[in-house]
Amino acid sequence: MSDIKRYKTEPLKCWGKAKELRANYYKEYKEAKSKGGICWSGGAEAIDVIPYAFGDDVHSLTAEPYAAAIAFDPEFAHRCESALESKGWARDMCAYMRNYWGSVLIDEYAFGGPFPKPDFNLQSGFCCTHAKWFQVLSLWEDVPYFNIDIATIPFWKEEFPNRLQYIVDQMHESIEFIEKVTGRECDDERLIEGVYNDSRTTSLWAKITELNQNTPAPLDEKSMYSLYVFTTLDRARKEFVDFYEELYAETKDRVDRGIAALATERFRLMSDSQPPWAFLRVWRYLEQFGVVSTGSIYTIGLEGVWDIADDWSLTPREDLKSRGVELKTRDDALRAMADWHMRRPIYAMFYNADWKSKLMMQYAKQWNCDAAMLHLNRGCEGTSLGIMENRAALIKTGLPVLTYEGNMGDDRDFDEGRTIARIDTFMEGLGLKKLT
Amino acid sequence: MITAITAGIDLGAKTVKVVILKGKEVIGRGIATTGLDQKKSAEKAFDAALKEAKIDLKDLDRVVATGVGRTEAPNANSQITEVGADAKGAIFLNPAIRTVIDIGGEEGRGIKISPEGRAVDFAINEKCAAGAGAFTEAMARALERPLKEFAELALKSTKSIPMNAQCAVFAESEVVSLIHAKTPHEDISRAVHDSIADRIISMVRRVGIEKEVLLIGGVAHNVGFVNSLNIGLKLEVIVPEYPEFIGALGAALVAAEQQE
Ligand code: SF4
Repeated sequence: MSDIKRYKTEPLKCWGKAKELRANYYKEYKEAKSKGGICWSGGAEAIDVIPYAFGDDVHSLTAEPYAAAIAFDPEFAHRCESALESKGWARDMCAYMRNYWGSVLIDEYAFGGPFPKPDFNLQSGFCCTHAKWFQVLSLWEDVPYFNIDIATIPFWKEEFPNRLQYIVDQMHESIEFIEKVTGRECDDERLIEGVYNDSRTTSLWAKITELNQNTPAPLDEKSMYSLYVFTTLDRARKEFVDFYEELYAETKDRVDRGIAALATERFRLMSDSQPPWAFLRVWRYLEQFGVVSTGSIYTIGLEGVWDIADDWSLTPREDLKSRGVELKTRDDALRAMADWHMRRPIYAMFYNADWKSKLMMQYAKQWNCDAAMLHLNRGCEGTSLGIMENRAALIKTGLPVLTYEGNMGDDRDFDEGRTIARIDTFMEGLGLKKLT
Repeated sequence: MITAITAGIDLGAKTVKVVILKGKEVIGRGIATTGLDQKKSAEKAFDAALKEAKIDLKDLDRVVATGVGRTEAPNANSQITEVGADAKGAIFLNPAIRTVIDIGGEEGRGIKISPEGRAVDFAINEKCAAGAGAFTEAMARALERPLKEFAELALKSTKSIPMNAQCAVFAESEVVSLIHAKTPHEDISRAVHDSIADRIISMVRRVGIEKEVLLIGGVAHNVGFVNSLNIGLKLEVIVPEYPEFIGALGAALVAAEQQE
């Protein structure tokens, strides 16, 4: 034990702020109507800047992070799941959708009180579930619904103006939809400000996660799961931009001073897909072996925006203002936003297993990973697509890979004992022993 | 120099196995059914092995445990995972082994091993009994035959019938339907063994199949399964003399190394 190198560690200073911001977000949604504001719900995708343009009293409940919050509380999640299953819905559908639907069915909000019904639902969809999620919900809730279809390939590979136009046209229509259902007018200046903010938030997250390429890693992935959430809540908010500025500065400072997330870091892992939220302690278990999980294409690229070069190398994309992009009209703003978000690496997961493998190999290289631990996630059809192909591709490069079965939203699909046993076997094969 | 006496204990889901070594020579083996009280079952297996070795418990210099219940093993000084123990035991038996297929009562696993006996990759079928020994036992029961007889029947089959069921419970009803359709029992047996072999092969292919291939675990005694596996893999797997004891042997070898 004595000859194990130990890095200095410190708790994150902005941790408390993160908790407060997240709690406020869910509280504001709940109280929006009683304060004369507007509340809406929809996927944690690229469109929350549109409702943002309708005023600072417009509050969202983005679906996936809300469902993840439910998953984090298995007792509540079980009640949601069983309410849904007793109505005949299948257990193999998207676990996030099931948790969210269940919460509506039992009329309980994960943050206290009855489920606050939104004024409208606004969704954008690139996975099959997305389109149905809020269509069904809007029928149950009897609220207006608008869906933006993002059935197109990532733009970093090829520029297709017609594909961009397809999305931009729908974004324009969604503004008309919101104007109609709320009786308010879209504030284009606020829209432009929101688009700049959004690009700043998501660029900053990419920059923050890029810092984890350093050894020792300044952040561990379990903490990153709590920190990345602001890119999925309401990215256009100034307070979230400010928070990420602060987090970036703090993480950079940790790198400069050699502050580690894990004092005994001696082995670096990459992961994949959403984690089984009810079992994040597995990440702490890894630490007993001196293993730090640096992140994954999912963690850095769900909402982080990157420039992806022809050789697949990843560089955080500078935000729109820094790139000198001038936005003057509504159309400028919507076009810039659509173009911006189509560059997220996450799309590779949904469209092409080979692209994803290439990104994963690149991640392993840039983040100096010694092995990968991939989640065969039964809860998400999108992020688990092609994982066995990814595994084979990584193994070909000589990277040891562990797969484990689970579900990000439904703990009944995760066997903790067996997963720990698999980790033990994997660690033994890597020659790693517990340090404690 | 006194030769160390070490033991390996493998606490599996269905049976507990103990191997005792004097240096690197096996001097005792013991096996017991895993009961509700794992500790008692382990003691039974120890007693049998000690009796064969003609020594007392106190004569053991070191014990290493493996298997799903390894944390419950009495007398153990340290532990090793099943995959690690299998790899160790396999390479000791035959240094040319590169792939190990271990089929136990409730779990099947495929292991790729390095020439030094290190497990470099593995795949485990742990969610469904359809890829393990419990499956063949259930099917033998459905045909009201002892397991050994059921396994041997497969060798007489002349026809390969596909089985479609994805799980052990549904497969049992499929077998019952085949019985009602007056399908010869030997063809049913072959169908059952082909289906389990198919599952195992697709799992092992994930780690890559490289010669020589060693088949271990209790199911290696099942001649019907070995036949289906050989046909499916298009090669002859090696079945050691005491296939169910290889994990315990690997653990005992680790104990011997640690004792050195
Ligand atoms: S299946 Fe995955 S990508 Fe699709 S909606 Fe559910 S969580 Fe999102």
